[in-house]
Amino acid sequence: MSNTIDTIKQQIEQNDVLLYMKGSPNQPMCGFSARTVQAVMECGQRFAFVDILTNQDIRAELPAYANWPTFPQLWIKGELVGGCDIVTELHESGELKTMIEAGTTEKSA
Amino acid sequence: MIELLEQKLQAAINPIELIDIQNESHKHSGPAANSHFKLVIVSEQFQGVLPVKRHQMIYEILKEELAGEIHALAIHPYTPAQWAKKQNAPESPNCMGGSA
Repeated sequence: MSNTIDTIKQQIEQNDVLLYMKGSPNQPMCGFSARTVQAVMECGQRFAFVDILTNQDIRAELPAYANWPTFPQLWIKGELVGGCDIVTELHESGELKTMIEAGTTEKSA
Repeated sequence: MIELLEQKLQAAINPIELIDIQNESHKHSGPAANSHFKLVIVSEQFQGVLPVKRHQMIYEILKEELAGEIHALAIHPYTPAQWAKKQNAPESPNCMGGSA
């Protein structure tokens, strides 16, 4: 198994809310990443992110591991939630906040 | 490209109540004319399937195209009941230059 996959697994395990995106939350480099990170930020909890434009090894290997060909990707509690379309719809229905809160409070309890 | 995507989806998902594929490549950076698409698809087959799995179903059907020319595919999959309530899919965002 490659080191990159180990890194990815570690990131997903160690971060309850993790966003793989293009650019950073303050400077997203793609409209889909921008919309997704905006939705996650509006939920008001801490989250981790990985900029795949500056981590090309992760960009290359995560799609096959995740069975998800594109970015952004939002992971909560080790599970892939989805990309921009899903995160946006979950945010609009209010479910995203609930999911993120559930993901982050369990740990601190 | 739109015809090809539609053919592949029609062959794999049955029944399809509504399928709408838009080429949104003009909204994005880079010269590629077949890079960004948006798909709205309504089918009974999505009943009881989580959103993440619906997308993965479609990614699997279109994996050759996604590994090739297509850079982004917005997917809005609904069951007929969901679509009846909704009647339109969200707009895709504009490009911010990061397609490199």
